[in-house]
Amino acid sequence: MDFLSSWWLIAMALFVVCFVLSQSLFFLLKARKRALELGLSKEEIRQTIVSTMIFSIAPSVAILLGLLALSKVLGVVIPWIRLSVLGAVTYELPATINVVEGVFGESIGNRISDPQIFVTVLWVMTLGIIPPLIIVPLFLKRIQSRVKTIRKKDSKWGDHFMNAMFLGMISAFLGYVVAPRLDEVTGETYVSLLAVLTLISSAVIMAVIGIIITKYKKEWLKNYAISVSMLGSMALAILYAYLGVR
Amino acid sequence: MKTYQDKVHLWGRIWMVSALLMMISIPAIISVTLNEWPHLQSFLQGLFTTAIIFWTVTTVEVFTFSPMLGSAGTYLGFTTGNLTNLKVPSALNAMQGLDVKPGSETGDVVSAIAIASSTIITTLIIALGAALLIPLTPLLEAAVLQPAFDNIIPALFGALGVVYIARAWKIAVAPIVAMLLIFLLIPGTTDLVGIMVPVGVVIALISARILYVTNKL
Repeated sequence: MDFLSSWWLIAMALFVVCFVLSQSLFFLLKARKRALELGLSKEEIRQTIVSTMIFSIAPSVAILLGLLALSKVLGVVIPWIRLSVLGAVTYELPATINVVEGVFGESIGNRISDPQIFVTVLWVMTLGIIPPLIIVPLFLKRIQSRVKTIRKKDSKWGDHFMNAMFLGMISAFLGYVVAPRLDEVTGETYVSLLAVLTLISSAVIMAVIGIIITKYKKEWLKNYAISVSMLGSMALAILYAYLGVR
Repeated sequence: MKTYQDKVHLWGRIWMVSALLMMISIPAIISVTLNEWPHLQSFLQGLFTTAIIFWTVTTVEVFTFSPMLGSAGTYLGFTTGNLTNLKVPSALNAMQGLDVKPGSETGDVVSAIAIASSTIITTLIIALGAALLIPLTPLLEAAVLQPAFDNIIPALFGALGVVYIARAWKIAVAPIVAMLLIFLLIPGTTDLVGIMVPVGVVIALISARILYVTNKL
């Protein structure tokens, strides 16, 4: 399995990175041009780009943890490729476990040394997440025209419709935070007070920033409010854990 | 004359089909180079156990997230992944920051700008992380930082929740109560959050519609 760090595998990873960066730059430039035509200012666009990049740093570092976990089984380059394209650690890891443990009965704790297991993992990982790459090109135009029709027919309902979609997603994650989880050491289930406190802390920081924005007319803070709330509550999570909350 | 939206669908389809070919070519090139192909039975067994959940989740995600992300954002987001933990929150954050309506053309372009910017920074961080994984490992595995990394989802959705609940609290009540009950009372739902997102969306849409037609919104 020496090929796991071979030049051609690294070249493939670099190609994937170039592809993803090119696609992103392409859409960024096209969207920027259209945004200017629609009346957004260059400064607003710049602030959006900067604030999004800052916002994305912490979740991206968390993705590195997934890279680290997967690298112990698949080497570094394959997880690097997989985590740069469609998928997420929450998908790649179960897919790997399904094959390594479920099909071959091997332990996920060790680096794969059998090429047969390796290629099976790779093909399953790739094809196990393929539907969006087929469905989106085929159906997206139809989905978007339906959304447009809803907005056109009754713009007030269109706004409520979009709010409901966001709130549906957010409510699922609020439920996820309070859901009992399994302690892998003791085997008992518990509700993570740490997660709940982090959620509340983030909400409180966001509410305070919201008040500052409204009361002191600090509009520029809007772009950074969620990033600050997220990072602040993550820092508090460290403090809560230090105080023994779990 | 083609509109911006028509062009986005044309570009998006070209990029997405290219991404599909690229993704499939990676295991194909490795199999050819190693002269090692998966045995059909093992492959189908592994694919079945993976696809039964993830084909369902990702299919539902397309129909749930694409109205939120807009056209360009959807083409980009569904090529580069990490949707719920990164791309969707990035788009919401940017649209909220500029006070633009999701689903409008301005919302669509702002979402695309956010998802593209987010993808660029994530791709660079992952590439840097892959190159420096050995020196970074002690930092990433530092016990003191684990509570922060383990709680990114609550940190993200606490802030987003305040913004959207404050905006439409009446719509928020039913899905939040339903989701809290489902997650608290049904064991093992933490693994099914992908499935629960569309369930939450359907409950929110029904509740919003009832409130709307009864003039309570």
